[in-house]
Amino acid sequence: MNFKKLTIASAAILSLALSACESSDEQKGASTAKVEKQTLTNVSYDPTRELYANYNEAFAKHWKEKTGKDVEITQSHGGSGKQALEVANGLEADVVTLALEFDVNAVRDAGLIEPGWVKEFPLNSSPYTSTIVFLVRKGNPKNLKDWGDLVKPSVGIITPNPKTSGGARWNYLAAWAWAENQYNGDQEKAKDFVKKLYANVLVLASGARGSTTTFIENGQGDVLLSWENEAFLALKDYPNDYEIVIPSISILAEPSVAIVDKVVDKRGTRELATEYLNYLYSDEGQHIAAKNHYRPSNKAILAQYKEFDPNVNLFSIERFGGWDKAQGMHFSNGGIFDQIYEKK
Amino acid sequence: MYKETNSSKIVKWSLIGISVIFVVLMLLLPLITVITEAFKQGFAVYEKAVTDNYTVKAIWLTLEATALAVIINTVFGLSAAWSITKFQFKGKKILTTLIDLPVTVSPIIAGLIFLLTFGRQSPIFPLLQEWDIKIVFAVPGIVLATIFVTFPFISRELIPVLESRGNDEEEAAALMGAKGWTIFRKITFPHIKWAFLYGVVLCAARAMGEFGAVSVISGHLRGKTNTLPLHVEILFNEFQYVPAFAVASILVLLAIIILIARSLIEYNGKKKV
Repeated sequence: MNFKKLTIASAAILSLALSACESSDEQKGASTAKVEKQTLTNVSYDPTRELYANYNEAFAKHWKEKTGKDVEITQSHGGSGKQALEVANGLEADVVTLALEFDVNAVRDAGLIEPGWVKEFPLNSSPYTSTIVFLVRKGNPKNLKDWGDLVKPSVGIITPNPKTSGGARWNYLAAWAWAENQYNGDQEKAKDFVKKLYANVLVLASGARGSTTTFIENGQGDVLLSWENEAFLALKDYPNDYEIVIPSISILAEPSVAIVDKVVDKRGTRELATEYLNYLYSDEGQHIAAKNHYRPSNKAILAQYKEFDPNVNLFSIERFGGWDKAQGMHFSNGGIFDQIYEKK
Repeated sequence: MYKETNSSKIVKWSLIGISVIFVVLMLLLPLITVITEAFKQGFAVYEKAVTDNYTVKAIWLTLEATALAVIINTVFGLSAAWSITKFQFKGKKILTTLIDLPVTVSPIIAGLIFLLTFGRQSPIFPLLQEWDIKIVFAVPGIVLATIFVTFPFISRELIPVLESRGNDEEEAAALMGAKGWTIFRKITFPHIKWAFLYGVVLCAARAMGEFGAVSVISGHLRGKTNTLPLHVEILFNEFQYVPAFAVASILVLLAIIILIARSLIEYNGKKKV
């Protein structure tokens, strides 16, 4: 091949690529011409991928029936804290559906969400809840029944890093609450217990999904401290390899949803975004949550799904005086988590 | 060539052995894994994965960013290499050093630089908002990040060639009355074209595979700001291993095409010089 041919070939490839760009621009032009087509961006966290893939389809149908307009929903997923930071840095999200109140507060503190967002939707703006369970290898070879068993010397634990992961903070607080109960509220003993627990952690991944992959794909550790919905998902994919252990006490994890006020006001999508989040509380939305292993907040629908153990003893974040307080005491720089993890 | 003694034979074969084992372990095995995993559930599943709407959009975005990066870096690379080797000016050393910066800086830092320059914390952000220009967490940001991490490649290939040739021919042409553009077209470019093409190939290869900088600035909006490497990661995190490997195999295919182009260019370049 000589130089001329090469040049012609590369020019052809280039023009092909460019014409592709143009054609996608044309599509954009066409969609703006059709006024009915609306777009919405939902920035969410790791384990909700499957949930929102199903929900968006159902919502698009609902919105079409209600208003006659088409809606195209764009999803983004990642570690909850990281996602909040990206929205705060300018990622244009109409709604955020994150792992915990604290991460939504980070977006609020950036001036994008108005204070008081927690009361904007029912039940502290958490349409579905979850909890923290143990996922162990089939037959539970290390006989792990409750939080106390996790600090035995030979146990390898997989959990994400509470500094970066929403799920990991729920894990940590659940362990802390168990220890508080066990030692009659003795804070020093609770701290010592949690320290021992984190000394047993083999891999501290940055996000919940990373931890699940470490435990399942790479076969590390004896127990994964996991979102209940993640554990069910793993069980569905590998029914013969794992089982779920529900500890005597765990935390009521309330993932939060919120409208990003600054963005919807600029884009004129407030009505759409409000309906998008409200519809999560509808019967259809609640069933979709349940089918994706989130606990629906509607008690009647929750009761229809046998996989959720109704007797599990759950406490809420209020036990720690709310997220801002829990964050400051446990996870801020120099907080209790830093103290116990550094002194390992 | 010297006569092979027994001991030098041992050295020779153990060296070859080490190289072969290394290449097989580090390169061939992973490649084979990618391909077999991609086709694990048959061709139908593979086809479905690579024709998935999000995958197709990721492919186009990757090609778009690569094409733009190559075009812009070509203009920049030619001018930079030309000015550095053919002219004397103050700050030349600084310019040469700065060109190398993207290679030495971690891609993550590159992404953060753009995030801080054009993101919400930036002083120019209100201005961008007013003009309705989106850079971070949108396609322009991805293109910018890709250009940034690849911009030394073309000029880096050209500078040594131009330097080793000196200015004699160009000066002669100028004395004979040729204008700048004619000199470039008739004298300079024919000498550097193979190095230049090689630079383009390297630039394209690096642009397609870029993950770090793009990951920071993308926002991972599916179907909008997901490039191929990001899409692979997302699929993998969704436990969709077969589609993840299928999409990865597209990247492998593109890499192989580029490798072939590279060998052709090297072969032609050697023949000509």
